[in-house]
Amino acid sequence: MYDKEKIIPGLVIFFFLLTFPFWYNLGQASYEPPKPQLPTKEKECVEGLEWMRANHMELLNAWRNEVVRKDYAYYRNEKGKVYLMSLQRTCMKCHTSREKFCKRCHDKFGVRPYCWDCHIAPEEVSNGQ
Amino acid sequence: MDNKRRNLLKAMAISAALGLTGIPVEAKASYLPEVGKYLKSKKEPRAKQWGMVIDTRKFKTKEDFERVIEACNRAHNIPEGIPNKKQEIKWIFEEDFLGAFPNQENPFLAERFENREVLVLCNHCEHPPCVRVCPTKATFKRPDGIVMMDFHRCIGCRYCMAACPYGSRSFNFRDPAPFVKHKNPDFPTRMRGVVEKCLFCYERLKLGEMPACVEASNGAIIFGDLMDPNSEIRKVLRENYTIRRKVELGTEPCVYYII
Amino acid sequence: MLEKAFYGDKKYWSWVIFLLVLIGIGSGAYIYQLKHGLMVTGMGRDVSWGFYIAQFTYFVGVAASAVMLVMPLYLHNYKKFESMVTLGEFMAVAAVIICLGFIIVDLGQPQRLFNVLLHPTPHSILFYDMIVLNGYLLINILVAWNNLHAEYKRAPHPKWVKPLVYLSIPWAFSIHTVTAFLYQGLPARHYWLTAIMAARFLASAFCSGPAILILLCLILKKVAKYDPGKEAIQTLAKIITYAMIANVFFFFLEVFTAFYSNIPAHKATLIYLFKGLQGHGALVGWMWIMAISAIISLIILIPPKFRNNQELLVVALILLILATWIDKGLGLVVGGFIPNPFDHVTEYAPTIYELLIAMMVYSIGLLVLTVLWKVTVAVKREIGAIPK
Repeated sequence: MYDKEKIIPGLVIFFFLLTFPFWYNLGQASYEPPKPQLPTKEKECVEGLEWMRANHMELLNAWRNEVVRKDYAYYRNEKGKVYLMSLQRTCMKCHTSREKFCKRCHDKFGVRPYCWDCHIAPEEVSNGQ
Repeated sequence: MDNKRRNLLKAMAISAALGLTGIPVEAKASYLPEVGKYLKSKKEPRAKQWGMVIDTRKFKTKEDFERVIEACNRAHNIPEGIPNKKQEIKWIFEEDFLGAFPNQENPFLAERFENREVLVLCNHCEHPPCVRVCPTKATFKRPDGIVMMDFHRCIGCRYCMAACPYGSRSFNFRDPAPFVKHKNPDFPTRMRGVVEKCLFCYERLKLGEMPACVEASNGAIIFGDLMDPNSEIRKVLRENYTIRRKVELGTEPCVYYII
Repeated sequence: MLEKAFYGDKKYWSWVIFLLVLIGIGSGAYIYQLKHGLMVTGMGRDVSWGFYIAQFTYFVGVAASAVMLVMPLYLHNYKKFESMVTLGEFMAVAAVIICLGFIIVDLGQPQRLFNVLLHPTPHSILFYDMIVLNGYLLINILVAWNNLHAEYKRAPHPKWVKPLVYLSIPWAFSIHTVTAFLYQGLPARHYWLTAIMAARFLASAFCSGPAILILLCLILKKVAKYDPGKEAIQTLAKIITYAMIANVFFFFLEVFTAFYSNIPAHKATLIYLFKGLQGHGALVGWMWIMAISAIISLIILIPPKFRNNQELLVVALILLILATWIDKGLGLVVGGFIPNPFDHVTEYAPTIYELLIAMMVYSIGLLVLTVLWKVTVAVKREIGAIPK
C-alpha cells in the first residue's frame, strides 16, 4: 500500500483509542450497583420505585413547569395521595441528604444535573452558614 | 450526475423526511409523565390583579425600612455583600423621593421628603414592557397579575433589564450562593446568569400567606386584589390620595404610594 | 473552491496564524468568563448592556451595507460594482458572524440559547432579530458562494439565485431596522425612544460599512494585487458621503429636539455624553473626538477633488469609521442607560476581559473574511477577471 509508514501506525493508534474504554479498567473492581441511602420516615415515594428510577427527571421537569408557569401546587398520584410539588419542601424532606442519596447514583453514572446550582440541598442548611 | 445515483439520493431523502415526521410524536409521548394529576392550591387567594399600597407616612425610621427589606432578603435567599456594588442584587430597596418619582421634580419639596427614602420594588405592571421584550417568555404575566420569572428558561440576555423603566431587576453577574447569608430551606437561590426581581411572594400566596414584606411592615404595606372592589386595598385607595411611578409611560404599575 | 484558502504565501499564513493566536488568547478570557460569570465585565445593574452589545449593534450596520453594492448593480445595472459585490457579500457574512459571536458572549446562560427557538415569542423584537440576522447570513452565503462558483465554472450565474439577490435588498434594510427597534421601542430609555433611531442606524450603517469595505479592498489591493477598480471605489465613496451627511444631519436633529424642547429627560443623556452629568464624564472626550472626526471626514468627502484623492480618502474613511464607531459602539448603548431609572449616574467602562473577548470575536470574523476573500481572489485570478 502507499504511505505504509503513515497508515499502519495510524491504524494502530486508532484501534488503541477505539478500544481504550474496554481495556483501561481491566483488573479493577467489578461493577456494583450504587446504594443510595433510602429514607426511614416514609415507605412509599410519590410514584413507584421502578417508575421513579426511570422518570424522576421528567417528573421534576413537569412539576417545575406546572408550579412556575401554571401556578399549580399539588400532585395527586395514581393512589390518590396528594403531594406539594416542591423539590426542597417535599422530595428533600424524606431524601434528606443529597450526598447520600442523589449523588450516589448520579456520580456512578456520570450524571451532573444542575438542580443544585439553585436549589438548596439539606446539608447546606444543616451545615450552617 | 449518474441517474441511478440521483434516484437513490431522492429515495433516501424522501424516506428520511417521512421518518423524521414520526419523531416529534414519539418524543412528546414519552416526555410527560402519564400518571398523576395536578391540582391548584385551595389556600391560595384568587385574584385578577395583585396590587400593593405603600403608605410612605408609616415609614419613618431606618428600622422600618430595614425590617421590611430584611424580611424579603431572608425569605428569598438574596445575596448580600457582593464586593462590586454595581452588580448587587436587590428585590425591594430604598430610593430617595426624587429618584423614585423623577416626574415629581420639585424645587420646594416638602420637608418630610427631603431626607426620607421611599420603598421601591417591581411594580408588576398591567402592561409590562419587560414581558413584551423577553425572547423566551422567561418573564411572563400570570392570570393573577403577577409578573413572574422562570429562572429555568432565562438565557440572561438582560433585555428585560433594559426595558424596565423602574430599575427593579437585578442580574446575577456571579454565583450568588457564597453571598447568601442565611439559607432558607424552603426557597431556592438562583444561579449566575439569570435575571431576578420581586415575584410578589408567589410561593407564600400559594400557601395562603401574605408576602414577606407586607407581613413585616406592620400595616404600612397593604396587599390585595385591585380588581375586587370590596377588597381592603381598594378601600385604602378610595380613601387616600395615591401616586404611582412614571405613569406617563403607559405601563400601569400596580404599586401605589400614599404620600 | 474552499481548498483555495489553503494555498497561500508566507504573508497569508502568518496573518492566519496571527488571527488564530488572537482567537486563542481571547478564548482563554472567554473560558474565564464562562467559569466566573459576567462579573468579569464592567457591566452592572444600571448599565446592563455594554461593550458586547454595542459592538453587535455596530456590526449589524456593517453587515447591512452590502446592499449598497447590490442595489446599484442589480437594480440599476451599474456594472462597475461587479468586481466588488462578492467581496461585499462575504464581508456581510463575516460581519453577521461577528454579531452572532457578540450576542453569544454577552449571554448569562449561553447554553440555553436554543430556548429562543423552542419558545418563539412574536411580541419580542429579539425574536425577529434572530430570524432576520440568521436569514441574512444564509442569503449572503448562498448568493455569494453560488455566484462565485458559477463564475469558477465559467457558467452564467444560476437563475434561482436572482430572486434571493432581490430578497437580500429589503432584507438588509430590515436587519438594521429590527436592531433599531430593539432600542427605540423601550419606554424606559429616553435616549433611545425616538422614531429616528432606525433612520440613524441605517444612515450610519450605509456610510460605515462601505467605508470599512473600501479600506479592506485597498488592503487587498496591496497584499493580493486585486484591484476592484478606481471607478467602483469612487462611486462607493459618493454613496458613503451622502450617507454620512444624512447620519450627521440626523444627529443634529436629535440635538435640536432635546435642547429646544428643554425637556430634562431628553437632554440628560446628551449632556452626560458631551459635558458630563453629576460629576461624571468618562465619555466626554470620546464624544468630542467623534464630533471632530465626523466633521473633518465630511470636509474631505464632500469636495470631489479631495474625495477622489486616494490618500485623502483613506484618511477621511478612517475618521468616519472612528466617528461612527464611537457613536454606535460607545455612546449609544452606554448612553441609553445613563442616567439610570432613578436619575442617578452609574458609569461604565469595559474591563480587560471584555476587550480580550471582543478581540476574539473580531478575530473570528476577520478569519472568516480572510478565508472567503482568499477564495474569491483565487477564483477571480484563475478565470482571468483581474485586470493585472
